[in-house]
Amino acid sequence: MRPASLTALCVLVYSFLLILPAFAADSAKEKELKIGFVYVSPIGDGGWSYAHDLARQKLEKMPGITTSYVEAVPEGPDSERVMLQMARKNFDLIFATSFGYMDPMLKVARQFPKTTFMHCSGFKTAENMGNYFGRVYQARYLTGIVAGSMSTSGVIGYVAAFPIPEVIRGINAFTLGVQSVRPDASVRVVWTKTWYDPAKEKEAAKSLLDVGADVITQHQDSPGPQEAAQEKGVYSIGYNTDMTKFAPKAHLTAATWNWLPYYEKLIAEVRSATWTARADWPGMAEGVVDISPFGPMVPKDVQDKVLAKKAAIIDGSEKVFVGPIKDQSGTVRIAEGVIAPDADLLSMDWLVQGVIGTTE
Amino acid sequence: MNTELLIPLLAAAVVSGTPILYATLGEIITEKSGVLNLGVEGAMMMGCFTAFITAKLTGQPWLAFFAAGLAGLLTASLHGVICLVFQGNQVVSGLALTIFGAGLANYLGTPYIGLAAPGFSPVPIPGLAHIPVLGPILFNHDPLVYLSYLAPFAVGIFFRHSRFGLSLRSVGEFPAAALAAGLNATAYRWAGILAGGFFMGLGGAYLSLAYTHLWTNNLTAGRGWIAVALVIFAFWRPGRAVFGAYLFGGIMALQLRLQAGGTSLPSSLLLMLPYALTVAVLLFSCWRQGTRAPANLGVNIEPSS
Repeated sequence: MRPASLTALCVLVYSFLLILPAFAADSAKEKELKIGFVYVSPIGDGGWSYAHDLARQKLEKMPGITTSYVEAVPEGPDSERVMLQMARKNFDLIFATSFGYMDPMLKVARQFPKTTFMHCSGFKTAENMGNYFGRVYQARYLTGIVAGSMSTSGVIGYVAAFPIPEVIRGINAFTLGVQSVRPDASVRVVWTKTWYDPAKEKEAAKSLLDVGADVITQHQDSPGPQEAAQEKGVYSIGYNTDMTKFAPKAHLTAATWNWLPYYEKLIAEVRSATWTARADWPGMAEGVVDISPFGPMVPKDVQDKVLAKKAAIIDGSEKVFVGPIKDQSGTVRIAEGVIAPDADLLSMDWLVQGVIGTTE
Repeated sequence: MNTELLIPLLAAAVVSGTPILYATLGEIITEKSGVLNLGVEGAMMMGCFTAFITAKLTGQPWLAFFAAGLAGLLTASLHGVICLVFQGNQVVSGLALTIFGAGLANYLGTPYIGLAAPGFSPVPIPGLAHIPVLGPILFNHDPLVYLSYLAPFAVGIFFRHSRFGLSLRSVGEFPAAALAAGLNATAYRWAGILAGGFFMGLGGAYLSLAYTHLWTNNLTAGRGWIAVALVIFAFWRPGRAVFGAYLFGGIMALQLRLQAGGTSLPSSLLLMLPYALTVAVLLFSCWRQGTRAPANLGVNIEPSS
C-alpha cells in the first residue's frame, strides 16, 4: 500500500471514530425506531408498492429511524411468517400494504401487543392494529375532468383491475369528473382481473381504443395501457405515480399517492405514545393523494379549472359524491343534495350512469 | 360485429398469437425428434428475460431477439442432458424445466420489474399494408410478426424436403430403424431439443420486445402450456400451428373486446374463454386424431441398442 493511501485510510478510520460518539448521543436523545414494510408486489418502477417505498426511502434518511422491507410477499400464510419475523426482531411499527394481509396481521398483532401494526386497504382493527387507506377517488375525479376536457370522441376507456369497492369507487369518481365537463361522455370499462400483467392490460387498452376511446386510464400497476395509448396517438391518464416516462406524448396527468406525510404523522404518534388504533382515510387535504404535473398538451384553462377544483376539495367546499347520482339503470342511489357517507363509499358496488360495463 | 371492429380484432389475433406460434413451432420440432419437452414455459421465460435484459443493456433489439433464442436453447439443453445423457423421464424433466426456467427468470429479473427497454414497433409494409382488409390484419405489424410468417414455411420445408429433417423425423418415429440405417439417433434428438428450445426462446422474446417493452415476473402467463396443447391440435404440422396460434390469439383478444363493446356477459366468464378453448381443443384433437404423433414420442432410446 502506498503511503498516500495509507494516510487516507488512517484519516478515514480516525474520522469515523470521531463521529461514533455523535451517533450514540443522537440515539440516546431519541429512541431508535424500527419500521418494517411488507409489499405485495416487487417495488418495481412506478406502481403501488413503489409509491409506498418512496415514502419508506425518505423515512430511512430521517434521524432515529431504521426501515426494512420485504417485497413480493404473497397474501396469506407467507405474509404471516414475514410479519411474525419482523415482530420477533423487535420492530416497533409494521406496515402491510395489501388487502390480503389483513387477517394474518391480526393474528400476529395479538401475539405482539407492544408492536404497532398498520394495515392498508382493509377494514379490521385491534388494540395495537390500525387500518388506513387514501381517498384517491378525489384525485380520480380531477383526472376525470382532464379526460373529459381532452376527449373529442366522448368515449373514454378505463382498464380496471378487480370489481371491488376500491376500484368501483375509482371508476365512479372518474366518470363523475368526466361528466362534470362532458355530460354526454361515456366511460367504457374492461376488467382484466389482474394487478400487474403488462401484456393483458395493454391488450385491454387496445380493445378500448378500437371501440373509439381517445383517452385511456387504468387501475393496475403496469404501464401497459399507457404504452397502448401512446402507440395509437391518443391520451392517457396514469395511476399510482407519475407515468410520464412510459408515454411522454400521451400522459396527461395521473392520480398519485404520497404516503410520506401520513407515515410521518403516525411515526410521531408512536414515538410520543399517543397513537391509538383506528381507521384512517386521509385524502388530498392531508397531502396523501394528488395529481401529477400536467403534460404540455393540457391547455391552460383546463389546468386552471382542475386546480381550482383541487383547492375546493382540499378546503372541503367540494365533495365528489354529492347527489343526485344515478346508477346505470337510472335509479337514484345518492339523493339530491346528500353527501354520500364514508360507509357507503367503502362498500360501493354499483356503477354510475354513463359507465358502460358490468361489475361482475 | 361489424368490419370496423372485426379487422382490429383479427389484427390483434395475429399479434397475440405470434408468441404462441413461435413456441408451438419449437415444440413441434422437439417432438418430431421423439422428445416430449413440457418445459416450453420455462424456456420462454428465460428467452423473455434474456431478450429484455439484452435490449436494455445494448439497445439492439435484433441482438436481443437472437440472444433470447440462445437462452431458450440453453434452457432446453438441460432437458437434453437429463433425457438423452441420463435417460431421465421426459415428462418429469419437462415439468422441472418449467419450474426452473420460470423461477430463474423471475429471480434474475426482480430488480428490473416495471422497467422499460427498447424493442420493436409496428412497421407497415409499403404497398401491402394498403390492401383492403388483409393489409391492416397482416401487414401492419412489427418485424417479428413478419418473421413468424416465414418460420412455419421454413420448418415445413425442413421436415419434408431436407435430408436432415427427414432423418430427424425418422428418429422420432422409429429410432431402432434410424440406428440401423446408420443415423446417430441421439445426435438428432439433441438437434431437435436445441432447435426447439431456440424457437421457444424467440416466443418469449416477442412478449418483452414487441408485445410490451417491459419486464415483469411471469410475463409469459401460461402461454407455454397453450403451445403444448396446440402441438396436438396442429397434428404436429407447422401450417396448422399457425391456424391454432391465431385462433388462441383471437380468443384472448376477443374476450377483452367484448367487454369494451359493452356486452352484458360477466367478465369472469369471458376471461375463462382461452382456457375453456384449450380443453375443447384437446377434446377435439383426441376425437379426430389418428396416429399422427411421432410414434416414439416420449420414449427414450435404450443406450445399448
